[in-house]
Amino acid sequence: MPTLSPLIYTPATELLRRLQEGEISAVELTQAYVDAIATREQRIGAYLRVEAERALQQAIAIDDRRRKGHTLGKLAGLPVAVKDVLCDKSTRTTCASRMLENFRPPYDSTVVAKLKAADAVLLGRTNMDEFAMGGSTENSAFQITRNPWDLERAPGGSSGGAAACVAAEMAPLSIGTDTGGSIRQPAGLCGVVGLKPTYGRVSRYGLVAFASSLDQVGPLARTTQDVALLLESIAGHDPRDSTSLDQPVPEYSKSISEPLKGLRIGLVQEHFAEGLDSEVESAVREAIRVYESLGAVVKMVSLPHSKHAVATYYVIAPCEASSNLARYDGVHYGHRTDQVAMLAELAEERKLLEGAKDEVGLERLDSSLVRMYRRSRSEGFGQEVKRRIMLGTYALSAGYYDAYYLKALKVRRLIRQDFDHAFCEVDLIAGPVTAQTAFRLGEKVDDPLAMYLVDLYTVSANLAGIPGISLPCGFDKAGLPIGLQLLAPPLEEERLLRGAYMYEQANDWHKHRPKMD
Amino acid sequence: MAITRDDVEKVSLLARLQLNGEEIERLTGELARIVEYVDHLNEVPTEGIEPMAHAVEVHNVFAPDEIQPSLPREEALANAPSHNNRAFLVPPVLG
Repeated sequence: MPTLSPLIYTPATELLRRLQEGEISAVELTQAYVDAIATREQRIGAYLRVEAERALQQAIAIDDRRRKGHTLGKLAGLPVAVKDVLCDKSTRTTCASRMLENFRPPYDSTVVAKLKAADAVLLGRTNMDEFAMGGSTENSAFQITRNPWDLERAPGGSSGGAAACVAAEMAPLSIGTDTGGSIRQPAGLCGVVGLKPTYGRVSRYGLVAFASSLDQVGPLARTTQDVALLLESIAGHDPRDSTSLDQPVPEYSKSISEPLKGLRIGLVQEHFAEGLDSEVESAVREAIRVYESLGAVVKMVSLPHSKHAVATYYVIAPCEASSNLARYDGVHYGHRTDQVAMLAELAEERKLLEGAKDEVGLERLDSSLVRMYRRSRSEGFGQEVKRRIMLGTYALSAGYYDAYYLKALKVRRLIRQDFDHAFCEVDLIAGPVTAQTAFRLGEKVDDPLAMYLVDLYTVSANLAGIPGISLPCGFDKAGLPIGLQLLAPPLEEERLLRGAYMYEQANDWHKHRPKMD
Repeated sequence: MAITRDDVEKVSLLARLQLNGEEIERLTGELARIVEYVDHLNEVPTEGIEPMAHAVEVHNVFAPDEIQPSLPREEALANAPSHNNRAFLVPPVLG
């Protein structure tokens, strides 16, 4: 086994300094990660596609420009992995779906355009649950991803590849998306740092939509400092996303090391209820004691509607998904069924119905266009995507709209109001990211509801639109990472990061690495 | 409200999905369990509460009415399963 470069263990912020001071080259750094991927990826499966050739070409160009004294972007030479849900016109964007297996976007998403403009080196595209629907990355149509801490366990999801590649030192930085916890949950289960920004903080232009009022793009890395660096590189107003917030982007990486004076931390009484694993609870309570030792005041707060968050989410998200995914019709792009087989199937059905003189059946028989839509979509989508489209279509259909969708939107406001009240009392809310540490691959695939309940502590932040971060706060007896979640009021990413950094500096959980070689 | 096999068949047409017998059977059970779970929302009093469709209260965002280049036809057709260089092609719609 070849010896891997020590660069892969070095935080991105430190790598950037070394690049800027000419101690290392972008090619050397990119090659170090390409080597790590060559050695480890076969066991992990974090990447759907490694784009080593393209990455090395980018690195050569950046080194060349640096030598010539040209102005370089703020991430110049740093490798970044991107979840395969953000359009990049120089490669495919599959969303881990057969539907988009060969889709080449005609334009760049704003986040990818910002990374390119910042001269980041794009290492490859990471695995995910199909269309970001799932909590284990097992819903990928192409491959499973394994948790670097225990190869028999799931990395979480939907950004499972994004978290696993950072945990296994196959990228220093990665981009994920979070609709109900899809950055924070895998970050927690893989022992890395992941941040979901305020809704609208990062542009969604060119992000393949799942649930548009909940989706948000965010960074994953091994330290809070690195997460701050990546966040400030992708955040900001974008005229192409009318929901993006027209607010200045603070320099998170500069302010992060200033401790928060007189910090008030809220513990949510509803978070410490039945179902929370005792080892997870102890680690989180220990983290709270660390905050107290740093001078923070800890208060209990209540989020009385949080127990309804998962139900609210699993009405709203599938409703939005069923509408968003209506665009996959086999006409404009994406998978289309075999037309000859489709017409033959219809002719056969018609013959049978005519033979049986089934007038009603003949009346109901699909037109060829409708059958083309139905076959294309059924062949292109996996089970979980179909389940959510069905759920959302049902909840939005005549007679059920008020009972489900409208009701859920009202409860959503109550959930947001709970946070508004709590944040009058405290500056940050702290709690577990998940009730349990990483579960076994296959453990929950046959029980959709059990998989949905994994999102218990994370979905509320998406419904309320507030920012949240997951950071390592210990390990259970099996050696699996435990995540601490911090939540802040809208647009208080700076406070969130400063609070997270304070904790990170007081321990070395983030320095523990899985045994990889 | 219990979901029946008939509901699932009707919704599959609305959703433009073609499900086989086994899938209809399985989805009937799964959707019934999920709907039973989300039915707990009925316990929450929401009288007088405005629905919240967006995390950030949305307001009109106006853009100047300026002509900008749009996607060239060739690029728009590049991912199409079937096209004739001018338009997307679909199976016969009439007849």
